[in-house]
Amino acid sequence: MKKVKLIKPGISRRSALKAVGAIGGTAMVSSTIPGWYLQASTSEPIKIGFQVHRTGIGAAYGRWYERTSIAAVERINSEGGIMGRQVELVAEDDGTDPKRGAEVVEKLTVQHGCDVVFGTLFSHVVIGSSPRAGELKMPYFVVSEGHHVASGMLNRYTLQPCITDVKSQVEAMAPFVSGNLGKKVTMIFPDFAFGHDHRDYFSAAMEKNGGQILEKIAIPPTETSFSKYFPKIPRDTEVLYHVMVGPAVLTFVKELGEFFGGQGPTLFGFIDSLEAVDMTSPGLEFLDGSYFWEGMPRYSQGDTLPFDQAYRDAVGCDENGASVTDSRDVSTYAHMFGCWETLFLLREAMTMADYKSDQASRVRLIETVESMSEIPASEEHPQGPKIFNGKTHQVFGQQYITKVENGRLNLAHATSIEDTFYPDEVDYTSQSF
Amino acid sequence: MNDKNLALNIGVVGFLALLFFLVSDYHDGIIARILILAIFAMGYNLLFGYTGLLSLGHAMFFATGMYGYGLSVELWKFSAFEGLLFALVISFLFSMSIGVLTLRTKGVAFMIVTLMFSQVFYLVVLLFGEHTGGDEGFVISTHGRTLFGLNFVDPTSKYFASLFLFAVVLLGLTLFVRTRTGKCLVAIRENEERAKMLGYDVWVHKFIAIIISGVICGLAGASYTLIFGYAGAAFAEVHYSILPLLWVLLGGAGTLIGPLVGTVFAFYLIDISSGYTSAYLLIVGLVIVLLTLFAPQGLAGELKRRMAHWLQ
Amino acid sequence: MEFGPYLIIALFEGALTSAVIALTAVGLSVVFGLMRVVNVAHGEFFMLGAVFTWFITWNLGLNPTVGFITALLLVPLAVGSLATLADRLILNRLDYDPERTIVATIGLLYLIQQSTLMSYGPDARPVEPPFNHRIALPWIELGESGWQIYWPWGFGITTYKLAVILAAIVLLWILLRLLARTKYGLLIRATQQDSEMALAFGIPVSRVYAIVFGIGGGLAALGAVLIVPIRQAHYLMGGEPLLLSFIVVIVGGLGSIPGTILAAILIGMSDGLISVFFSPTLAKIVATLLVVFVLIFRPNGLFGKNQQ
Repeated sequence: MKKVKLIKPGISRRSALKAVGAIGGTAMVSSTIPGWYLQASTSEPIKIGFQVHRTGIGAAYGRWYERTSIAAVERINSEGGIMGRQVELVAEDDGTDPKRGAEVVEKLTVQHGCDVVFGTLFSHVVIGSSPRAGELKMPYFVVSEGHHVASGMLNRYTLQPCITDVKSQVEAMAPFVSGNLGKKVTMIFPDFAFGHDHRDYFSAAMEKNGGQILEKIAIPPTETSFSKYFPKIPRDTEVLYHVMVGPAVLTFVKELGEFFGGQGPTLFGFIDSLEAVDMTSPGLEFLDGSYFWEGMPRYSQGDTLPFDQAYRDAVGCDENGASVTDSRDVSTYAHMFGCWETLFLLREAMTMADYKSDQASRVRLIETVESMSEIPASEEHPQGPKIFNGKTHQVFGQQYITKVENGRLNLAHATSIEDTFYPDEVDYTSQSF
Repeated sequence: MNDKNLALNIGVVGFLALLFFLVSDYHDGIIARILILAIFAMGYNLLFGYTGLLSLGHAMFFATGMYGYGLSVELWKFSAFEGLLFALVISFLFSMSIGVLTLRTKGVAFMIVTLMFSQVFYLVVLLFGEHTGGDEGFVISTHGRTLFGLNFVDPTSKYFASLFLFAVVLLGLTLFVRTRTGKCLVAIRENEERAKMLGYDVWVHKFIAIIISGVICGLAGASYTLIFGYAGAAFAEVHYSILPLLWVLLGGAGTLIGPLVGTVFAFYLIDISSGYTSAYLLIVGLVIVLLTLFAPQGLAGELKRRMAHWLQ
Repeated sequence: MEFGPYLIIALFEGALTSAVIALTAVGLSVVFGLMRVVNVAHGEFFMLGAVFTWFITWNLGLNPTVGFITALLLVPLAVGSLATLADRLILNRLDYDPERTIVATIGLLYLIQQSTLMSYGPDARPVEPPFNHRIALPWIELGESGWQIYWPWGFGITTYKLAVILAAIVLLWILLRLLARTKYGLLIRATQQDSEMALAFGIPVSRVYAIVFGIGGGLAALGAVLIVPIRQAHYLMGGEPLLLSFIVVIVGGLGSIPGTILAAILIGMSDGLISVFFSPTLAKIVATLLVVFVLIFRPNGLFGKNQQ
């Protein structure tokens, strides 16, 4: 039967690649990043599986996650790799789909024999893939900002050590919003779990800070036009809190501006709506004077973030957070630092755990990361200092609030790490391996 | 003549059982998934390939099984066995109501009505996000992953449970299409007016087909959740209504083995081509187009046309 | 917002949605009515229209108005030619077999999406409208000193959206006239009613099909050029218009262009109106169910004759 042939892919990968190239005739990128010069070490490279959203709704993020990760691996290898072993990044596209996500974890683990899997962003892909990582006993380092890790929903093998979760981000915004922008808030968010996290945690935090949520407007994710929902915003709203995801984000922000026509409440948004979008795009002029949460400021803030410039240079971003080769190619700057930082954290943790590519080492690696606490700001951690909570597998760190001034996001406020704390909801260290 | 089909299908099941020991761990895991999805495709094929009703909303049947199982196990702490039964009952009732509503329509209107019901299903999952987990979905806890002492964390249990369910559905359908009812479905597909004139109650037969199809797809959804441990709204999206159609057409509509062939083909097409290039969807698109040009009846359909006319 | 202004905004947005759907769907209606095949890639022609428009207005460094007019002229032609090519290379060779066409156009969808992703990229990008002003609207209320005019916040429309509604009306009117009055329209209608008879009368059916498929793609792209300034270009934007057009064509009644337009108005307006009374996701559910029940009780659509 034909199937048997399909199951064992061709013997000569290279010749097949040539054949495919000849047929397709298109520019192709091999999915694995080809051999970093192997002279540094005689031992096998450490393989880091990279679950990346190359296609599907997460592709705009995935592209920059990939660029950032490649830059980090290049740096690590040029500095001698991990304990003398070179690092190889093995990327597989998950199509931003939870079913394919689980399959990719399986492929990276079983077929490619990766040492760890990392890099997933979209929450549903993380939640779809994490059980498989747990079954395979594969350390799974996500860069997702979802609350799924710290909520206790996942397992001991899943960690989020370098990007903060939405619960802490949102709660840390409440003091600033109620203290500076206004007490009466209306929220607009996607009718997705991610949007519900915003709704629940922000409204609770606002009430704690003496604020009040007037209306919560959840927009169905299949929507492509939004103006008809804006009249639901109550007249006495002082602050409009907005966040949106999906292919229609730009329409959302544009229509929001047109609706108010420069009047109306102060806008406070999560940059997720405008990641990878040029702030000087037509239709976004009205955003001037509005505020955004950013995980890391897209526009260079001078020396405020001491390690930002070196990181910016390494990943190929200019001072506006766009690609140095194409100023219209804007990065997902507020999120992608998580990939850079996770890879350097892995270098540190693997070294500390004397990692040897066996299962005992993987357990040691997780225990080592769990034992970490303070992560000071450095070139490896340019976003700022962080505190990792080994019990909840979640990191906590500073949040940035920027204000749009002349099409540029300028830093208005940086929260402290303590602002982002909330009580533990799980203790993963009590689970067995 | 028909015994050839039975023999072939038993042979396929036997071959798949043997395959577990021949291929690597990675493919064992993948084939387990494929078998469950092939159940989904077989359920779809009964309605589309045998009865001639093209639905664009079968994701809702898969998702009914998925949530029927996942929610009963997680929210009400049903055991895996109870959850599975519950999912099947819910799937039965759901496909019955969808059947009553949609069978007033046929042809393109049937496509649209099923498509939109499925869209409503997806939105309802989001609307009740507090319980369903919305788009993020939820992970099934240990008690929901254990059935008759088998824990589906173990790859061997996974593989053989999937194969068992697949075999039950495949052989069940092999026997079903030989029955009077099964033959009547084909008669409806070939010529509805003539079937009516021959005295068949066309509506009742279509209704039966929708129910069986819906329950099989529900079984696929429930067992996917049981064996792989995740439920989420992504499986209720339009995309997952188009996929079984694609698998069935690639494999060969109206053949028993077609859905499996199509699912295997589609999976490995993506899995292998993505190993060579990040632009693998170009290859996938190209292959699909070429296949419709040169194997118009799908892979198994082509086999039937060229050499095995007895294939059912 | 007060009920009155809210209702007016909802009606205006409903009219805009109707215009958008009608423009996109009319191309599919022409193709579907004639060939009876489901073109899954129709939404991708729409997406290509938007992406090409972005390319012309941004990369050629023209001012927005010149760029927009250039796009209006060139983009439908370019996408139409691509569609014709797809018809010649693929659909024609499948003899327009309904099932094989679905699979082949799914393949085409992958090809178009992936090529766009590789060249244009995954980002959402805006296109500047040639003109756009916000017109604030007044409202009256009964105050202490009797009726008085005031300007509610958020109550306004933009001129470009208004222009899209008007353009849709004009374009659809022209299209209906063309089909009714010209020789090409006659050829299309004759082929649509009975392609074998048309063939017997010497109508080059195969060429008519290719041209009509091109027109269908071109119309989708034309809709996209008009719409992209109020939306955005994105490589995954084709899904939604495909579904909506498909629904509208069937609800209107297979092959009936007036039916398609009426259904677009029905669906667009009800979408706007229902959103006033329910929370957004519930409103979508209600609006979708409404359309479903229209079809259940009128299985041949609003203007449909007996099927097949």
